[in-house]
Amino acid sequence: MAVTGLVLIAFLLMHMIGNLKMFIPVYVNEVGETVNEFNHYAEFLKQDLLYPILPKGVFIWIFRLVILACLVLHIYSAVTLWLRANRATASKYTVKKTIKQSFSSKWMRWGGILLALLLTWHLIQFTIVPTLAGDHDPRSLVIAAFQQPLFVAIYVAMMLVVYLHLAHGFGSAFMTLGANTSPKAERVLRVIAHWVAALILVGFVAMPFSVLAGVIN
Amino acid sequence: MSDNTLNLTLRVWRQPNRNAPGKIEEYKISGISTDSSFLEMLDELNEQLTVEGKEPVAFDHDCREGICGMCGIVINGVPHGRGNSLDTPTTTCQLHMRKFKNGDVITIEPWRAAPFPVIKDLAVDRSAFDKIIQAGGYVSVPTGAAPEAHANAVSKLKADRAFDAATCIGCGACVAACPNSSGMLFTAAKITHLGLLPQGQPERALRVKRMIGKHDELGFGGCQNLGECAAVCPKSIPLDTISQLNRDLIASLFKGDGKH
Repeated sequence: MAVTGLVLIAFLLMHMIGNLKMFIPVYVNEVGETVNEFNHYAEFLKQDLLYPILPKGVFIWIFRLVILACLVLHIYSAVTLWLRANRATASKYTVKKTIKQSFSSKWMRWGGILLALLLTWHLIQFTIVPTLAGDHDPRSLVIAAFQQPLFVAIYVAMMLVVYLHLAHGFGSAFMTLGANTSPKAERVLRVIAHWVAALILVGFVAMPFSVLAGVIN
Repeated sequence: MSDNTLNLTLRVWRQPNRNAPGKIEEYKISGISTDSSFLEMLDELNEQLTVEGKEPVAFDHDCREGICGMCGIVINGVPHGRGNSLDTPTTTCQLHMRKFKNGDVITIEPWRAAPFPVIKDLAVDRSAFDKIIQAGGYVSVPTGAAPEAHANAVSKLKADRAFDAATCIGCGACVAACPNSSGMLFTAAKITHLGLLPQGQPERALRVKRMIGKHDELGFGGCQNLGECAAVCPKSIPLDTISQLNRDLIASLFKGDGKH
């Protein structure tokens, strides 16, 4: 749960930096070539990463398999824990208060399901359909998508769920791995988790809003 | 003194035995002194019920000094009735009626967790905790002459942490408070207590595997690091003991004597 979660967060950070390249406008360099940083980066990921150690276009599949394996293991662990918790709490209190538990931690499981659904939609929209259609201009694809307020709204909603998931998950992962060494360490971990979640939220929603506002075109 | 009395409505979980279904029953009680303890209030309720020819409410209690770990009731949704949002958490017996107001409706329930079946009314069977201790919560001490005291120096920091963890009285409030019914705080308290002291070292790697294995086998839930357990612990066992357990568990994976 913790290890796969942290790998996925590391992936999100990388994905976020990639998305932020949308802010670099298409320009003509000094030798007269048109430079499209975002498309160049996408092409690099899909074809050139680790080339020539591996043949062109191979590493992306290893990368995708690792991320997919992490997702599957993460979901498997979550389902196992959920089922165990359901068995253990079969008899319910008529009155039950929570004292310490954060709002975000209450959303880990249903939020996770929501994320799985939204992620499927996200992959269909930006990876599966364009790949099948042989689309090689991801920049135009992204701009076309985020010029529609509805897509921006769904995307922002998805990132808010990610924020909630990470605001508990990031700190909790480190606690599970043994980093909670004192009450002070616990406070620090919980604060860092909120900051990491906020960084990812801002880093991801900045671009769609800018497209919608016409700043990126 | 006598002016400070309370009239209360009690909503109490009544369950005749382990297998019968239970339900909440409502009782009115009056003239409760604010100086009495919560358990004394229940004693008065039971006298009233006995006079009325009804079955008294069964609840666990023993020392009534907050040190034995026997009492344990969920009061208004909080194990032991207090939690650290208001005060330092205490055991149920150390909760006093001055914490309540005249006319309050108080819901009184047993610990609820699959590994803690209700025996009757508010009394639950917590022998699952004994089984976790039996699985590894001990040190094997060879017989013979006492070793020379200075041979086993213990740092003040570790001695303090071990002692703090050792104050766990095994009341089970951590399990009762946990939305997953996890017994990790209890298990972690013993792991931390024994794992930080020299006597606990030979069995350290095996202990954590055996105890957490038994914990899971008994049907306790997993830990989500929510912190509900530590927030109601009458002995203030900190949440970081669970990270200590996890560190020991990870370390045991790399140790030959941690094979189970």
